[in-house]
Amino acid sequence: MSLDPITLSVIQAGLQQVCDEMDLSFSRAAFSPVIAEANDRSDGIYAADDGALIAQGAGGLPVFVGTMQYSTAELIRLIGEGRAAAPDPGDIYIVNDPYLGGTHLMDVRFVRPYYRDGKLWCWLSNTGHWPDTGGAVPGGFSASATAVEQEGLRLPPVKLFKKGVMDEEIYAIICSNIRVSDQRIGDVKAQAAALDVGADRLDLLLGRYGDGTVAEAIAELRKRASRQMREMIARMPEGSWQSVAYVDSDGVVDQPLEIRLKISRQEDRLVFDFGGSSPPCRGPMNSVLATTLSSVYLAIRHIFPEVPISAGAFEPLEVIRPEGTFLDAHYPRPVSGCAAEVSQRIAEAVFATMVQALPDKVTAAPAGTSGNFALGGHNAERGRDFVMYQLSGGGYGGNAEGDGLSNGCSTIGISKAPPVEIMEQAFPVLYHHYALHEGSAGAGRTRGGFGLDYELELRNGEARASFVMDHGRFGPQGVLGGSDGDVNKVVVLRDGESYVPPHLSKEQDIPLQPGDRVWVRTPGGGGYGDPLERPAGAVFEDVRLGRYTPDQAASLYGVMISTAADGAMSLDEDGTSARRAAMASGKGP
Amino acid sequence: MDSGKKSLDGDLIGVDVGGTFTDLVRLDQTSGAVRLAKVASTLDNQAFGVMNAVAEADSELSRVALVIHGTTTTTNAVLERKLSRTGLITTAGFRDVLELGRRTRPQPYGMKGHFDPIIPRDLRLEVPERMDYAGRVVTPLDEAAVRAAGEALLARGAESVVIHFLHAYANPAHELRAAELLSGIWPNSYITMGHGLLSESREFERGVTAAVNASVQPLLERYVKRLADELATGGYEGELLVMNGNGGTVSASRVVKEAAKTVMSGPASGVIAAAYTGRRADRPNLISYDMGGTSTDVALIRECQPSVSNEIEIEYAMPIHVPMVDVRTIGAGGGSIARVNEAGLLEVGPQSAGADPGPICYGRGGDLPTISDANMVLGRLDAGKLKSVPGSVDINDIRAIFQSRLGDPLGVDAETAAAAVLRMATTRMAGATRMVSVSLGLDPRDFSLFAFGGAGPLHASALAGELGVPEVLVPARPGITNALGCIVADLRHDFVRTVNTPLDDMDIDRLTGILQAQAGEGEALIRQEPVRISKIEATYSLDMQFAGQTHLLQVPLASATMSRQAIQAVFGEVYFNRFRLRLPEIRAQIVNVNTTVTGRRPEVDLGGLIDNAGRAASVAAAQTGSRPVWFDGGGAASGWQETPVYARERLPLDARLMGPAILEQMDTTILIAPQDTAMSDGDGNILVSVGSAS
Repeated sequence: MSLDPITLSVIQAGLQQVCDEMDLSFSRAAFSPVIAEANDRSDGIYAADDGALIAQGAGGLPVFVGTMQYSTAELIRLIGEGRAAAPDPGDIYIVNDPYLGGTHLMDVRFVRPYYRDGKLWCWLSNTGHWPDTGGAVPGGFSASATAVEQEGLRLPPVKLFKKGVMDEEIYAIICSNIRVSDQRIGDVKAQAAALDVGADRLDLLLGRYGDGTVAEAIAELRKRASRQMREMIARMPEGSWQSVAYVDSDGVVDQPLEIRLKISRQEDRLVFDFGGSSPPCRGPMNSVLATTLSSVYLAIRHIFPEVPISAGAFEPLEVIRPEGTFLDAHYPRPVSGCAAEVSQRIAEAVFATMVQALPDKVTAAPAGTSGNFALGGHNAERGRDFVMYQLSGGGYGGNAEGDGLSNGCSTIGISKAPPVEIMEQAFPVLYHHYALHEGSAGAGRTRGGFGLDYELELRNGEARASFVMDHGRFGPQGVLGGSDGDVNKVVVLRDGESYVPPHLSKEQDIPLQPGDRVWVRTPGGGGYGDPLERPAGAVFEDVRLGRYTPDQAASLYGVMISTAADGAMSLDEDGTSARRAAMASGKGP
Repeated sequence: MDSGKKSLDGDLIGVDVGGTFTDLVRLDQTSGAVRLAKVASTLDNQAFGVMNAVAEADSELSRVALVIHGTTTTTNAVLERKLSRTGLITTAGFRDVLELGRRTRPQPYGMKGHFDPIIPRDLRLEVPERMDYAGRVVTPLDEAAVRAAGEALLARGAESVVIHFLHAYANPAHELRAAELLSGIWPNSYITMGHGLLSESREFERGVTAAVNASVQPLLERYVKRLADELATGGYEGELLVMNGNGGTVSASRVVKEAAKTVMSGPASGVIAAAYTGRRADRPNLISYDMGGTSTDVALIRECQPSVSNEIEIEYAMPIHVPMVDVRTIGAGGGSIARVNEAGLLEVGPQSAGADPGPICYGRGGDLPTISDANMVLGRLDAGKLKSVPGSVDINDIRAIFQSRLGDPLGVDAETAAAAVLRMATTRMAGATRMVSVSLGLDPRDFSLFAFGGAGPLHASALAGELGVPEVLVPARPGITNALGCIVADLRHDFVRTVNTPLDDMDIDRLTGILQAQAGEGEALIRQEPVRISKIEATYSLDMQFAGQTHLLQVPLASATMSRQAIQAVFGEVYFNRFRLRLPEIRAQIVNVNTTVTGRRPEVDLGGLIDNAGRAASVAAAQTGSRPVWFDGGGAASGWQETPVYARERLPLDARLMGPAILEQMDTTILIAPQDTAMSDGDGNILVSVGSAS
């Protein structure tokens, strides 16, 4: 090795900085609130020859951690096969094809070749979630699509910018096929400008350290990231572990989909075997291979956050291609649920398996759904149509360090939820409550976090409600003796009648009139460890604050709480000891 | 304005309480003479430390015209959650807003985390009432329920109370009525209305801001009263002014009403001092760089104006949405620990040795290599001073730890490892600084780096080089910059009004009316203050975006009466300068209308910060010795160079010297690198041209 570790460290920080500045530029200039507020975007640098991930912004959406290297690799392959045009300086390809290293259609990738001295040196790429790419429902999350054509416009890699100039004809085709197209030019310019920022910063970095030195550093950093991950793995106990996670249904056929996962530690590698998982499904809960891989990587990164994102870090993670399952879907299977929902079930399977090997490091299952509720219709007060999304969080899993966070964001996201006041300004809805989902936390020595409980009313006009959520049938899994968190619940109140979607967490186009309401409760996190070991004082505190009822304290934790006539509560220590002893011996009530 | 005249020519005292030290600057306005004091902070009751500093500076309080005070009372209370017991009365269905937050997690990776709401659930009560987004009543206020809730909170021991209703920014009638009802039963004045501090939508941020305000009010009032009493006992008859996070001051009698504005006032005063010093030195554009023991604060100053933000988050899920100087904290300080990670690469921070045990060189048992220790190993700090520390660590002990913990795994010697630690630290600080400065579309060549804090002047040259900033400005007294900020701070009031209207639809007369009303209100407030003012100025800005965006861009207005076309043009330019994009296709939107009213205090002469009588006749005469210092010249150019050491306060005012050099003063060490040249100016600032000699 000729490069010293100090120069390596500095160049590593420099590459990271290039990506972070691309991220910053993209989200601050973007129009799509999903990009600007929810940071549903990512920027990175990829190898010229094979698209391998060199560096990616630290604030990028976790689910994109692995996908862009596959989409870049697919572009390189298509160029090699003459099926995509060869690159020129100043070009930017646009692509959203899920089957070419993508996620769902709304995640639009830009890929820009980066040149030094007339030679392709690397690729800069970013992904941004567009609010709409056409298809059957506004926003693209059709719960009942059975083919990708129903989900929206699918773009193979084509040059949207040719030698620095946007191709107005291609852009016109795109705009003619998507909703609210008038603001998209702002996102297109922001997404392209972020790649310009990356190119400028990379020029500076290469100019300072020399192209050869940086290239050498990239190769060395890849080896070292691999070594770092291998050392983490080598510290795990030997063996193999298994778990099963369930998707409620595919939205079309009302039966659960199974993710069967076996992880084996083989020396300093981990082998992920999804064999036995359900076959491809009719509805949109299929995953494409890139998303499946990325979901494994992001879950592992949640467990080992200290390992930097790079292709090297993924090398010791061997995922056996899950051919023939819904985790490796091909054209024309619908895929709109893969990025937001199936990815989180895959991560949950990884957590549920890894916690057996690393109980001090891994948490019980988090809520693990993006809680997508879409409402589209006509705002009579303003005389125009609208599309609204309410994405929401849920409880995180208990863990060795403490209780799970309440109302945390999705496993695959890092986004902020919109304030109720902003939603009411923008859409004809009135929220009746926005509160903790009481009682939802999975019981455990450390409990899960609590989910969210909200209810809103359509004020005027008319609208259709759609739901793409999950964990309606099975709550987030508890571990090591902990209980599952409470399930996701959707109730639509129409003309005073309650309607529960047959698939519980998924349904499309439920018509609403003014006065009708939608009531959603999101899952609590799974519990960690035996609930009988949770300090009675901590259980009492949750009851005193109204998070659990006294009955739940007794049935879940064996903690007895008495309530005086004036409503004052006190912990019944003797009763608690007796009840816990009975429950522990298995004879208990 | 008049009552202050009786002692116009008396002394001014600026006193700032920091986490470790309480700093004081006393300026005799007649002679220009300056006295300084630095004493240990007394965190349980900061007034003791303040009075100790007053005594140390031999201040005769009856001669003092004005005391201006920066305090961390409220900052510490929030960060340590040592708050007054506070209740919340809110819209039915929404008591959990403060606990649910905005649905995030503390770090992008790692599914763990913890969040304590600022008001616990049993003190958050709901009452029937509801406005819609346009301020129309959906459910009338249940007045009996408000009284009942107030009584219940009192019964549960609440000392302060927040009234926070949805959409109160659009129509505050229910909040106003509820406050009126409560004032009949609440035993004190600690009633905060959600719309009171900042009338802006977003219920979580507005609610947390109000909750912070209510829960620090009693603490701040007790503290300010105690301090005022102590000062009065000492013979002081003047007004006590308190620093706010916006970099302005208000009188102690008013500060409690909007107590949340004092959170983050410490960092703000440093930035105010930077802006003031920069203006006098003809350096209007600065990046202020305050590096201390555990962290580094960075802020941007353009045209002598510190950047101000309404969206500061002081820790995870703790937003305080009132206008505050936009100071960003980077987790790198003298105590940041260096390690070699599993990949064999060097990392510096974010772990810190803190103050205890602190760096190895503190001699308190620290045994992990830190940034301060690296400076020791490389001769940048004076190893000779190690002996004075009780634990008495030897420089060879430090070198041995660098060798074993860093040098051996990296395959280099201890000096090279120490230099690498500094290089990594510089790279990290530069990256974080870029994100809040030059990556916002600014040209680094237009800026100077204003270096202060104990460690800032030691690393500033390298940081400036990394950022492409051509010059470093080290003020006369880098260690008491915050106290100086108190002395020079103006009176200031900020007003923000949300309008959320497309520019094309905006009634321009109404816009002008809002700006003028804001200016009038601010002027009236300032005129009521019993403090000498040289003039009152109003500055105007709009927070704008393109329709459909969520992020805002602040657009300065030249006056309150600008035409639609002129506003459109200014916005276009500001947007282009930030993003290099023009978007003629999309309509511009005005979100907030802002006015800042400043009551300028008379000019303070900074020339006396270093007593000119003590200055030597020549640079050579100011030299105290020399020592070998290790410089990183990249590869073969790296190594030890015998470096002259000067007493900074002895340098003549026309001093000009070439690097390498070390300038030492009481509370900091300034490093002039081999390719740098340094000169002094009339205020005693040191201006370092980075790399100019090469």
